[in-house]
Amino acid sequence: MLYIKCPHCGMRPQIEFSYGGDASVKRPELNKEISDQEWDDFVYNRKSLRGKHLELWQHLSGCRQWIKVERDTATHEIFKTFKANEEVA
Amino acid sequence: MSQDFRLDSVGLINRDKKLSFKFNGKKYFGYEGDTLASALLANGVHLVGRSFKYHRPRGFFGAGVDEPYAIVQLYRNNETEPNIKATEQELFEGLEAKSVNCWPSVNFDIGAINNFLKIFLPAGFYYKTFMWPKSFWYRIYEPFIRKAAGLGVASTKHDKERYEHKYEYCDLLIAGSGPSGLSSAYAAAKNGAKVILAEDKPRFGGSLLTDEVNIGNQSGKDWAEGIIAELKTMPNVVVKNRSQIFGYYDHNMLVMSEKVSDHLPKTKKYHPNKRLWYIRAKEVLISSGSIERPIVFGNNDTPGVMLSSAAKEYLKVYGVLVGKNPLIFTNNDSGYETAIEFQKHGVQPTVLDSRKNPESEIIDEAKSLGINIKNSYVVVAAQGYKKVKSADVASISDDKKQLGKIENIKCDCICVSGFWTPSIHLASQSGNKTKFKEEIDAFVPGTSKQQETTLGAANGVFSLEETLKTSFEKGRELSKKITDNDNEVSIPNVVEKKSSKHDKFWCVPLPAGKNYKRFLDFQNDVAVSDIEIALREGYRSIEHVKRYTTLGMATDQGKTSNLNGLQLVSEIENKVVPAVGHTTFRPPYTPISIGAIVGREVGKHSKPTRKSPMHSWHEKNNAVFVDAGVWLRPRYYKRGNENLFDGSKREAKNVRKNVGVCDVTTLGKIDIKGPDAAELLNRVYTNAWLKLPVGKARYGVMLREDGIVMDDGTTTRISENHYHMTTTTAQAANVLSHLEYYLQLVWPELNVNVVSTTEQWAGAAIAGPKSRDLLQKLFPNSDVSNEGLPFMGYMEGDLSGVEARIFRISFSGELAYEVNVESDYGNFMWEKIMEVGKEFNIQPYGTEALSTLRIEMGHVAGSELDGRTIPYDNALEGLVSKKKDFIGKRSLQRSAFTAEDRQRVVGVVPLDKQTSIPEGSHLVKDDKAPLPNPKLGHISASCWSVEYDNPFSLAILKDGKNMIGQKLFAMSPLKNKIIPVEIVSSHYVDPKGERVRS
Repeated sequence: MLYIKCPHCGMRPQIEFSYGGDASVKRPELNKEISDQEWDDFVYNRKSLRGKHLELWQHLSGCRQWIKVERDTATHEIFKTFKANEEVA
Repeated sequence: MSQDFRLDSVGLINRDKKLSFKFNGKKYFGYEGDTLASALLANGVHLVGRSFKYHRPRGFFGAGVDEPYAIVQLYRNNETEPNIKATEQELFEGLEAKSVNCWPSVNFDIGAINNFLKIFLPAGFYYKTFMWPKSFWYRIYEPFIRKAAGLGVASTKHDKERYEHKYEYCDLLIAGSGPSGLSSAYAAAKNGAKVILAEDKPRFGGSLLTDEVNIGNQSGKDWAEGIIAELKTMPNVVVKNRSQIFGYYDHNMLVMSEKVSDHLPKTKKYHPNKRLWYIRAKEVLISSGSIERPIVFGNNDTPGVMLSSAAKEYLKVYGVLVGKNPLIFTNNDSGYETAIEFQKHGVQPTVLDSRKNPESEIIDEAKSLGINIKNSYVVVAAQGYKKVKSADVASISDDKKQLGKIENIKCDCICVSGFWTPSIHLASQSGNKTKFKEEIDAFVPGTSKQQETTLGAANGVFSLEETLKTSFEKGRELSKKITDNDNEVSIPNVVEKKSSKHDKFWCVPLPAGKNYKRFLDFQNDVAVSDIEIALREGYRSIEHVKRYTTLGMATDQGKTSNLNGLQLVSEIENKVVPAVGHTTFRPPYTPISIGAIVGREVGKHSKPTRKSPMHSWHEKNNAVFVDAGVWLRPRYYKRGNENLFDGSKREAKNVRKNVGVCDVTTLGKIDIKGPDAAELLNRVYTNAWLKLPVGKARYGVMLREDGIVMDDGTTTRISENHYHMTTTTAQAANVLSHLEYYLQLVWPELNVNVVSTTEQWAGAAIAGPKSRDLLQKLFPNSDVSNEGLPFMGYMEGDLSGVEARIFRISFSGELAYEVNVESDYGNFMWEKIMEVGKEFNIQPYGTEALSTLRIEMGHVAGSELDGRTIPYDNALEGLVSKKKDFIGKRSLQRSAFTAEDRQRVVGVVPLDKQTSIPEGSHLVKDDKAPLPNPKLGHISASCWSVEYDNPFSLAILKDGKNMIGQKLFAMSPLKNKIIPVEIVSSHYVDPKGERVRS
């Protein structure tokens, strides 16, 4: 079970969180004309990365904040966690 | 009754307390402090089971967790538990156990015929033989294998024992209380670190209980007792015996199973049977020691052949002689230690040492005691069927290939020592890449991946002096990092006998003309010949060899067999052992009760149960409840002998005719506040929200980004910047997360707050033609007329002094209202409604009537919004704005979603107007078409229309728009029904929706 540092609450066990997928995906702006391909990439297409992955988690049973977690998908090592509005260096 | 094999004064058992027990129906006795194994051995019982494949007689091989044979069915306090290791089960008064794997009895086992058929049961036998013909598998092969194989029998009764889970955090978690565990725990504790020290056995001390060593001028055992006593007094230390750390997971979380009650005849009141500890440790010290490994020789599975360390443990801990004429077969000095113990207690052993000229202090001592030692000698084969009677022995050449003349010596047990295998399981589970240590012919942990350190024998260090030194230092160093304290602990003097190097020898060659089975894996009956076959047939990877032969796949996970298996593969393949590599170690280290893993989450505790504030009223009024997600909701209110069908029909009819009230507290409620609230709703819902006036409600549908309907509900504008959103019961939590996702990540510029208020409001839906009259009486000071409170209107009211929210919304399709009050007043509201409603013939209605009402009105719900449908499919395309953008809108342009013959909700009526159509039935054109009959759609929800008094269903049907009036068949192979049906409009009752506006 992972041990995740919520940037708002501190170290918390994984059971308090829910996973939210790839954090690098940007939702296309509203009311903007986009191609089928762009939309498919946003909705469906994900790289199944091995290694460093920036992902979203929600601290569901805690502060309910969505956070970004930089995690190695192969080793589960967590390098850093970020608040939702924090720039990822 | 005397115990022939028990010494008078040796051991740590309590001879003042006799305990009686039964094994295979026969009564014996032992003492407090015995294990089932030691008590049986004290009584001279060596035959405890039959082997898995050949049903060969099996006895005891070890004295602890590594035991491959002595697995019993245990009976305790009218319960039974399978696959208990007799070597781990502590004796208690009245214990009963039986052998497993034998029929009709352990002494006469019909399956033993397999032993004579063994040439037909080689490696991969099951794969090869039972493959063909395919149809034989279920009828013949599988039942046969199941009867022949299998271990114990699981109880079919509900387990009355209680199991609990505990979460713990500590600075240092130490696995094993041998010399390294004790010293590192002590040093860390002195630095103020929070320490948990876990020992799987009942007694602390590990090897110090059996080794003749001296620490700080005391015996090792006394030193260990002193340390434990001191640790127990320290507030920052938890010491746990009978506690097995069995899994090392990510981010330094380990799981430990504590046997709280297994050593007692009966679990004490309020105590659990087992306690599962989830421990998050800053540092982990693995001091799990090592397990002696066998030397492989002919018939090495005969009862009476056991590990030399086990023989020593039975003697020193339990005062039990495993034999009176022991033969010790060793390739290192450990065998001599066992021999010395025998000799000291009046039994003359013979030692066979595979080495030519070993010299050490221990050997010198053995010689000085007059022990008979034969060098360059090996056991070729054990003789005897149910018990060792003698051994064929021979000298062996220096290259270990040639045997000398075979002699037979009488003996009643053979104690084997093939050197030691570090227990690296936990380290390996942590992700540590192990490495092969040539000097000890075994793997040891390599570079740590997590915060873990392996110490002592588990790390391949067999010198006590070195172990103590490094363990004290490591405990001090690691705790200093955490607590910043640095208290010096003096490392005690150690007196131990120096040993000589072991012999790299692990398997005795077969003598010419003999075909003895030489077992590697004792529990799964894997012999040397099986590995040879696997390799001959082309299996190369050790993982494949393992699976093909089942080597190391038994419940002992190959604790005594893996390394010898690797040695064999490396020898035949002409590779070095590290090149062969070892198979993956996976948790659990040893079998763990399923009860312990499940903990208290059984039966009704397997999920939370939520009840509305009106729950007790429903109970008192004969509600029959149904699980709705985590909620309990009344399904119908039973009157007399009414069944569900009659009861729900009565309730639904009364709504259509008079007035009914339904508990809708379970609907999800989200409070939305902020200047951008309307903008948020406008982006979340498919319809327009910017112009909703204060005091008005609106129905909305929200999509996922992929265009699929996520949820529906009404949202009401309470005031300028304040909205009250309702969601379906099932989606409440998901919708809140969904809104939070967009507010926090996608559109953080929106100034809106959302919070769940589901539990803050109790809700009652009042529906039926008389609902307005009832409402007027409930709220005499409010104008609830059609003008004062029009359809989709909202107002606040005063319910006999309680503030209430009144919404004119309808799920039933009737004139209807929903009243919300603060949860604490829920019951008050409900009783008031029932009291005032009496004159209007009010009846409460449950979820079944609620479904009936919505189905015949064609209102879609969860069974249509099933995660596969888009707005069009649900006839909700009118709610999809063409002007504005919203979540998921772009996906609605997908070609499948805009296809001409897109599926759509329709109504379905059986032609006979009699036969109810099972939900899930498929709609097909031709009931006689060959299978698979092309499916046009499925029945999503069925009811008995109270309006027309005939069955009515909703279906999602391909090209539903153009199918009205068509005749199809509803097929339910599950219920064996084929029903001719007609497709009608989904709006079966009041298609123009006049009633809700009346």
